[in-house]
Amino acid sequence: MATIIIDGREIEVPDHERLNLIEAARRVGVEIPHYCWHPGLSVVGSCRMCLVEIGRRDPATGQVQMMPKLMPACNTPIQDGMVVVTDSPKVRRARAMVEEDLLLRHPVDCPICDKAGECRLQDYHFRYGQPERRGDVRPFSSRRQELGPRITLFVDRCILCTRCVRFTREVSGTAELMVRARGTHEQIDVVDGFPLDNKLAGNVVDLCPVGALGDKDFLYRQRVWFMRSHASVCTRCAAGCSIWVDENQDRIYRVRPRENPQVNRWWICDDGRYDYHHVHDPRRLVAPVCREGSGLVPIDWPELLGRLSDQLARARPLAAVFSPFLTVEEAYLLARYIRGLDPEALLVLGPIPREGEDERFPGGFTIAAEKCPNRRGVEKVVAHMAGEVAVFERLLSELDGGTIRGVWVSGGYRQEWIDATTAARFDGLQQLVVQDLFPSPLTERATYALPGAAAAERDGSYVNRTDQLQSVSWAVRPPSGVRPEGSLLWALLGRQRLYDARAVLREVAAEIGHFHVAAEPIPEVGVNLKVNLLARSEGPAGEAEGVRQTRPS
Amino acid sequence: MSDYQPVLLANIHREDSHKLAVYEAAGGYRALRKTLREKSPQEVVGIVRASGLRGRGGAAFPTGLKWSFLPEGHPGPIYFCVNADESEPGTFCNRVQMEHDPHQVLEGTILSCYATRASTAYIYLRYEYPLAYRRLQDAIAECYEAGYLGKNILGSDFSLDIHIHRGAGAYICGEETGLIESIEGKRAWPRIKPPFPAVEGLFRKPTVVNNVETLTCVVHILDRGVEWFQSLGVPPDPDNPRDAGSYGPKLYGLSGHVNRPGVYELPLGVRCGELIEEYGGGVWKGRRAKAVVPGGVSTGLMSQSELDTPLDFAGPVSVGCLGLGTAGVVVLDETYPIIDFLYNSCRFFAHESCGQCTPCREGTRWALRILERIKGGRGRLGDLDLLAEIGEGIGIIPGTTICGLADGAAWPIKTALRKFRDELEDYIRRTNPTGYMATGPAEAVDVAEVA
Ligand SMILES: Cc1cc2nc3c(=O)[nH]c(=O)nc-3n(C[C@H](O)[C@H](O)[C@H](O)COP(=O)(O)O)c2cc1C
Ligand code: SF4
Ligand code: SF4
Ligand code: FES
Repeated sequence: MATIIIDGREIEVPDHERLNLIEAARRVGVEIPHYCWHPGLSVVGSCRMCLVEIGRRDPATGQVQMMPKLMPACNTPIQDGMVVVTDSPKVRRARAMVEEDLLLRHPVDCPICDKAGECRLQDYHFRYGQPERRGDVRPFSSRRQELGPRITLFVDRCILCTRCVRFTREVSGTAELMVRARGTHEQIDVVDGFPLDNKLAGNVVDLCPVGALGDKDFLYRQRVWFMRSHASVCTRCAAGCSIWVDENQDRIYRVRPRENPQVNRWWICDDGRYDYHHVHDPRRLVAPVCREGSGLVPIDWPELLGRLSDQLARARPLAAVFSPFLTVEEAYLLARYIRGLDPEALLVLGPIPREGEDERFPGGFTIAAEKCPNRRGVEKVVAHMAGEVAVFERLLSELDGGTIRGVWVSGGYRQEWIDATTAARFDGLQQLVVQDLFPSPLTERATYALPGAAAAERDGSYVNRTDQLQSVSWAVRPPSGVRPEGSLLWALLGRQRLYDARAVLREVAAEIGHFHVAAEPIPEVGVNLKVNLLARSEGPAGEAEGVRQTRPS
Repeated sequence: MSDYQPVLLANIHREDSHKLAVYEAAGGYRALRKTLREKSPQEVVGIVRASGLRGRGGAAFPTGLKWSFLPEGHPGPIYFCVNADESEPGTFCNRVQMEHDPHQVLEGTILSCYATRASTAYIYLRYEYPLAYRRLQDAIAECYEAGYLGKNILGSDFSLDIHIHRGAGAYICGEETGLIESIEGKRAWPRIKPPFPAVEGLFRKPTVVNNVETLTCVVHILDRGVEWFQSLGVPPDPDNPRDAGSYGPKLYGLSGHVNRPGVYELPLGVRCGELIEEYGGGVWKGRRAKAVVPGGVSTGLMSQSELDTPLDFAGPVSVGCLGLGTAGVVVLDETYPIIDFLYNSCRFFAHESCGQCTPCREGTRWALRILERIKGGRGRLGDLDLLAEIGEGIGIIPGTTICGLADGAAWPIKTALRKFRDELEDYIRRTNPTGYMATGPAEAVDVAEVA
């Protein structure tokens, strides 16, 4: 146990935690400003914004001896007896000096800079900078240079913290970025013919403490102070990265990684980052329709709710297709609903989209080949309800055999997931209910084709490939006419008031052993179902083992 | 002191002094033979420690102490780097040693590698020393031939390979961790310490970096003994517990406005004025000295009234200079404008700043900007305060940068302002008679003009 004093506040840190002074100060609510340090990158100690005074307290006499020189907090690990001062006049002078230096050649073009409002240079200037400009250099303007297909560099805004360079060397392992030239001639650059183009490239924009790196997807589309950030989970692949969804008036403008040591640490991949476009895709289904003769005609939700269950009940034997894009809660409600109509109903796991192999990056980040967020969660629910998880092929052969007369299909896939030939095997059903995001050969054949919600519009929980369960709330409201899966099933089950995903999850936890920890409130980073299961069944020894097995790579 | 017999330079005037046969005939490699036979590596470290030898590369760090920081019982490899980047303005002693007595440098390197148990040494050589390169190359070949290098040197179980790595014209490659990065094939951006090279250096292995002249001192300490070494120079000041003393011979590189510039070997502690008058033949053209740089431009300026200062490790500090540095003594005569010295010095450091640390990258350039404006006749008296503030703010001594380049940039500014402020103010008044009193932000100039 190390005891240190930061600005007069004492803090105890267990020996196994290796914190630097920035991290330790955060624990007592003291912010040490910093640019170049990032917990996910190597320490270079070059920006010099994090300078503090340190000293030692003599354990015998209690006397404090301070060191004469300033020390970078980022490269100073805590030590028992250390005394840290972060707001002395000396520290304040050093910070003002660094701010003044960084602004000497900076264009200060905040009015046209995307970063304004969440820029460290701006924030720190107001907090720690000089009130007036003494520099006699007129800076460059907003020179811009393309670094790759999605990333652009505003050359003169760069403060040369090298976070982006280190990211491409240490995390993506692609090393496209470099520092060119020396001293004040330095600039971030790529080598001709080797653009910044890798699947993690978008992260450098989040990493950049200033507005030097711009994401062309976001550029000039929204001022950051108009947006609200919602904690969410990426549903692009089975990694289930934690994300922030930044939205203004139900339109998503940007997706950023949300720090989660259990899952994605500080990063997300570009597939996930730009996946949000499907939410605002104009091809989406936005109104429920039902079959009349050979055509589909609009129907309103109250009418539909009034007759759907009866019609399905008359179409027994039933089957339901559980999309791996459903939340745990939705899968549970769907199973309850269909089994309520037909206790023998066949419960089928929808097709699992896969692309290639898992992609591992040198820094440990992995993009899963399985391109859906919740196969594990849905499987567990279905297995519990039906005793087994039937595969999609099984349904198809039952359909061919004519043993099934009514089917509920949940979709939510990004890409085309069913071709016309396969869809044709659903012909001849008495009832075919399809709830999906996009029109497909199947919605064309449906008795009821219902618009589904995109992930960012749903409440609920996902279980990723390492058994981490994360619960999220909706970030944007669905287009009018869309009724999210959970809310629809909630109503069909005759439940009162608004859909309450949390209440459903508690039910799931009570009923299905695998989910028992979900009875407790779910922390922001989620909980690991397997670890907790092992802990419960095997006691403390099992817990340790479980932690080792399921720690994300 | 004029009867002092050179030791480090004893060989250089012989014909073919760079050849192995000549070096051996003058007693070369005697220390190596004796040491490999009689002393263990720890004993060598002990002797060097006891001698009080301090690094000649600029920082004057005790050499034996540095070696003792290597982790004990390390399985290896341990690397040794010879710092032959010699780029400090006004410094050229290593060059003479490498060109005219390369075997002395190699013997020192081999002995130091033996002491530190290093199995590979790199000589990081300034690119602009082509003759030194050829001479060292030839000397290394001779050593392999003669069994002083390679496997089982002189029949012992000590083996060593030496490689020469040529730099590419950057001052920062002389900073020890910049040097290490450069050997690794990277940009010479000095590393933040800790970890220190002795723990994690070249290729993340324990590494020692020493200056060429330091290593040649090691040869003679082992050859002639600690007592001989301590008979030269200046013992520690008994009243100052932090003074580690200034023992041994030292090469002084005298240049600038003197009649006989050159490399002079003297015991540490010769007075600056004595060096200029007795050895350098006095200031040229019958003039007086206005200022003297004691040890490379990084160390700052001594004024005419401070010429009595002994050029040992403590002397220059006592008159407000950074230290003895590289003992590259540069004389400026009474006609030389301090503003020009300051401008040239700032231009050098702004050009050579590696650009990592904000205060060094921006501060050195800003100072140059201001001096450019002053020289352009648009100076203001307030500029001097701003320069002083920049000078006080940057460096590892205040703790605002990673390496000592920034201190080297700061000291000329600080000492010039402290010692020659009147002259600088005069200059500003004279060249900007209408605007020297102005306050408020100075008129801005496009950065493109500066860059
Ligand atoms: C900017 C900078 C440049 C340096 N250049 C050299 C150099 O050219 N040669 C050298 O021996 N030491 C140079 N040094 C000092 C080295 O960092 C290091 O202290 C020295 O090589 C250690 O050797 P020594 O202990 O034998 O003196 C430089 C230091 C700095 C900060
Ligand atoms: S572009 Fe941004 S992240 Fe990269 S070095 Fe410049 S300021 Fe840092
Ligand atoms: S002090 Fe200057 S030269 Fe040294 S590491 Fe920092 S920026 Fe580079
Ligand atoms: S955060 Fe410590 S020096 Fe940049």
